[in-house]
Amino acid sequence: MTKRRTWVYFIPYGLWLALFVIAPVALIIYQSFFDLGQHFTLTNYSTYFRSATYLKMTLNSVWYAFLITLFTGLISYPTAYFIHQLKHRQFWLLLVILPTWINILLKAYAFIGIFSQAGLANQFLTFIGIGPQQILFTNASFIFVATYIQIPFMILPIYNALDDLNPAFVNASKDLGASTWQTFRHVIFPLTLPGVKAGVQAVFIPSLSLFMLTRLIGGNKVITLGTAIEEHFLTTMNWGMGSTIGVVLIVAMIVVMLLTGDQKTKGGTPR
Amino acid sequence: MKRLVSLIVSLLAVCGLLAYTGHQLQASSGSTGSKVLNLYNWGDYIDPHLLKKFQKETGYHVNVETFDSNEAMYTKINQGGTHYDLAVPSEYMVAKMKRAHLLQPLDKSRLTSLQNYDSQFLNQTFDRGNRYSLPYFWGTLGIIYNDKFIKPGSIRHWNDLWSTKYRDRIMLIDSARDIMGMALASQGKSMNTTDPTTLRAAEQKLNRLAPNVKATVADEIKMYMTQNEAPIAVDWSGEAAEMLANNDHLHYVVPSEGSNLWIDNLVIPKTAQHTNAIYAFLNFMSRPDNAAQNAEYVGYATPNRKAKTLLPKATRDDQQFYPDATTLRHLEVYRDLSPTKVQLYNDLYLEFKMHH
Amino acid sequence: MKHKLANTYLILVFIILYAPIIFLIAYSFSQGETMTNYHGFTWRHYQTLFSDARMLAIVANTLLIALLSSLIATLIGTLGALSITRTTKRVTRESLLTLNNVLMVSPDVIIGASFLIFFTMLKIPLGFGTVLMSHIAFEIPIVVLMVLPRLREMSRSLLDAAQDLGATTRQLLTQVIIPFISPGIFAGFFMALTYSLDDFAVTFFVTGNGFSTLSVEIYSRARQGINLEINALSGVMFLFSLLLVAGYYWIQQASQKRRHRKREVTS
Repeated sequence: MTKRRTWVYFIPYGLWLALFVIAPVALIIYQSFFDLGQHFTLTNYSTYFRSATYLKMTLNSVWYAFLITLFTGLISYPTAYFIHQLKHRQFWLLLVILPTWINILLKAYAFIGIFSQAGLANQFLTFIGIGPQQILFTNASFIFVATYIQIPFMILPIYNALDDLNPAFVNASKDLGASTWQTFRHVIFPLTLPGVKAGVQAVFIPSLSLFMLTRLIGGNKVITLGTAIEEHFLTTMNWGMGSTIGVVLIVAMIVVMLLTGDQKTKGGTPR
Repeated sequence: MKRLVSLIVSLLAVCGLLAYTGHQLQASSGSTGSKVLNLYNWGDYIDPHLLKKFQKETGYHVNVETFDSNEAMYTKINQGGTHYDLAVPSEYMVAKMKRAHLLQPLDKSRLTSLQNYDSQFLNQTFDRGNRYSLPYFWGTLGIIYNDKFIKPGSIRHWNDLWSTKYRDRIMLIDSARDIMGMALASQGKSMNTTDPTTLRAAEQKLNRLAPNVKATVADEIKMYMTQNEAPIAVDWSGEAAEMLANNDHLHYVVPSEGSNLWIDNLVIPKTAQHTNAIYAFLNFMSRPDNAAQNAEYVGYATPNRKAKTLLPKATRDDQQFYPDATTLRHLEVYRDLSPTKVQLYNDLYLEFKMHH
Repeated sequence: MKHKLANTYLILVFIILYAPIIFLIAYSFSQGETMTNYHGFTWRHYQTLFSDARMLAIVANTLLIALLSSLIATLIGTLGALSITRTTKRVTRESLLTLNNVLMVSPDVIIGASFLIFFTMLKIPLGFGTVLMSHIAFEIPIVVLMVLPRLREMSRSLLDAAQDLGATTRQLLTQVIIPFISPGIFAGFFMALTYSLDDFAVTFFVTGNGFSTLSVEIYSRARQGINLEINALSGVMFLFSLLLVAGYYWIQQASQKRRHRKREVTS
């Protein structure tokens, strides 16, 4: 393909980048330098970095996003792997996506019903003799529901990576006498790593700014950056401070990208 | 590739079909004609039968768009690009919108039923002489408790919540102004104070409440309380009415030493276009029969004196939602504070939330 | 034995995935008004739903926005992913990817507010058009993320071979690249649908002039308590998408079999 012919395909994407990414980001950065009195200032940043409240919130956000991503990954990889071995695998994959089309607020309300004192989960616990427990407003229930929401976003890229896997590699490994586990560890997993990385990006990054579930399921026992942004934009209308936290999130995203980015220099180089 | 193209074509066909259906549905409900009124309201905050009745009587079709918070509504109207004829802000937001020159004054000569309203809810600090707003519904901030777990009568005042008996028992509404206000009222201070020392003392007091707080949540508090998830909650009367309707064990108390009185109001944004429809609607909604019907549908307290007399006796005599004169006297309406003070309230409240 | 373990695991995952949805649908048949305390069986909420022209119009709007925006976003996103892999410099590629992900990390309120400022600055009237544009905008990054890994797997030698055989750029794209990355494209499309159907904050800010979507309606009902009409609606939509998915899969299977047979005959 000649370079000259292909740049045409870039136009719509480039336009999108310019209008809907670069322009809003510029706006966010611009706003982050204004205080409540509309004066140009650096105070938003100094407030952010000097306040113990915000730093604790940042650590919280990163920690919970990490946990959510970890659990999502641990549940999704085997799911994708087993679905891939099924006969009607594409049908089952579609069934994984289907629940995501129901509104998230409604699903959260359903979880409130399931996890409440008299809910199904506690009836089950009573039935097996453990007795009712406080499930809502615990870190565990918050992480559970957040993981639930994110699972499809992780399963899909992993499944696609498994689909790309050349069966010849797996057969070769087995012919060479490797056990199933060895084949998985040394052949299958490393070759599906791009899918895992795409999944981590699709899950970790949005998890940094979760806010609704922290309140609905977590009862605001967990406060993340999303909570603070929500407050600055919708309660105090301090858009400057809200934008500042937005800038911090974008920087955090770049760090994540660098950490999960591919170390090989070129996509599509001959292997 | 062929499959992909045929898929795209069929998807586009579905889109066309949907656009057609949507258009037909909108036309069948008459929302595309010129005789319309654009109402910007909280979700499900008006009886849909009244909208039909209004159209039958006057020929104006009401388009309802919805918002979920005062501030979000403010942002939309302030930014422009929309043409709402009427909006329903709470009292402090009326003051804020007025200051930002987002409202049109009411033409009193075109209002036929102002005398129907209870003077208690007119001429308030947020809009002296009701130059810009008409009260729509009103309510209070108070305590909801479940008599399965709490002896009736044992909670009457804000300070009762601080009792060590209620460890991990209380749910709070997630609102800086209301929770800080509760702490202030419990100390006999004004809920509109801007004095930093007083506010800090209130936050200190809130921190002592932290062990009793089970969770800080918002609208979903209704679902939690009806399911007996917690025995005590601090919430608004409108929400409380909804809970009480679904769980007979719940009761609502407005502490007599002082609490908040909130009023949602009808206002005309600057960008309104259908003046005749607006006044027809305001007069229609001020009529006692209509206001009473709306109050029964929504379940909030009506500021329309004549409409109240039309409500069932059990409703209008309910001390929980139409409190007695003494309690009413101690209620305070929130003032619109300056942005830095609002920020102070919120910062202190955030510190309290991080505390537990 | 191993199969049994795998199946048990999958059954468990699917039970969890569908538990809240079954819960919602079960309550759509309850005689009460809210999702607490199940009362006797009734079709009432479905009757309310089907006589509510406003709600049905909102559903049509929502689906139209979701399908159309996902379609366009998939197109633009796929082209974007193609260009990103074509870049030779590592720095360029990394910066493109970073920019791509900005909308994924920014909370919805920020995106919504800045899009609103953007549209009002350009004097674009709020409504269907602005909602459509915004949805396309925040769906593109997830499409790119889903398509990219697939493109990276495509070996250079495959492309070279095709070119050696005299394929033009166009042929290369439509006959080699697109078929190879189509699973990624499908994944991107479905995720875009999910993003669109779920979005509240962005839609809220950029909508206006009578246009509303389901999410906006559901969120603004929360203050008054979400009534079971919404549950009934979720039930209908769920059943409908289940039938759609099953139907699509069945047609695909049938056509594949036919193609298979044809090939056997000709050979």
